[in-house]
Amino acid sequence: MSRLSRRDALRIAAGSAALAVTGLPARAATDAAATMAAFSGGRAPEAGRITLDLAASVEDGNSVPLSVAVESPMRADDYVSEILVVADANPWPRVASFQFSPMAGKAAFATRIRLTGNQHVIVLAKLGDGRIFAARQHVEVTIGACTN
Amino acid sequence: MTTQPRIRIPKFAKKGEVVLIRTLVSHVMESGQRRDAGGKAIPRNIINRFSCTFNGRPVLACDIEPAIAANPYLEFSARVEESGTFRFTWAADDGSVISASESITVR
Repeated sequence: MSRLSRRDALRIAAGSAALAVTGLPARAATDAAATMAAFSGGRAPEAGRITLDLAASVEDGNSVPLSVAVESPMRADDYVSEILVVADANPWPRVASFQFSPMAGKAAFATRIRLTGNQHVIVLAKLGDGRIFAARQHVEVTIGACTN
Repeated sequence: MTTQPRIRIPKFAKKGEVVLIRTLVSHVMESGQRRDAGGKAIPRNIINRFSCTFNGRPVLACDIEPAIAANPYLEFSARVEESGTFRFTWAADDGSVISASESITVR
């Protein structure tokens, strides 16, 4: 479980600059930053609201349980419309995006993801009014999801 | 290769109750990143889109990338205000579509 500090949120907002200092492969970092920037539409992510349930250390990157919940009343006038998941060092950093209607009742999901190695998993949530919330968790992966 | 998806959802709910829906579908989710023994790239074939509707209205949809694990598992919720039918579809790169439906009764 992880909640972003305001500082972390601003670092995610900084996008490629924040990713560059983590020493990732340039292409994956660029793609991750571009994917997040396109989702945010230029809005700076805010901290809070997101509960990101993801182990800090996993043995097998082929199937990593991920659970996300965003605080929201899920009413027609106030709901989470979309959640984006990015794995910033995967060869294809975009993991999935979930589109919710208020009928979902909760802005939450669980699934299993592939991670090729040690990296950050970043979750961005978009509210109906365009506000963006972010959370991030670093994951150490013993055996990465196979890419060869 | 696909088989019938597995879906767990309550048969009954109270009006306005938020119910948990758990789905699992068999699919290799070939990422397109792997190579065969001869070094040739294995073409991507994944489920790229999932959607769930209730009585024809959207509840949740998901754009899926190769980083979702094989045999995709998705767990989410729905607020049920009336009896009706959930429809689920999974669409794959090769054009195949897997679909299923489940009914729930409000009492």
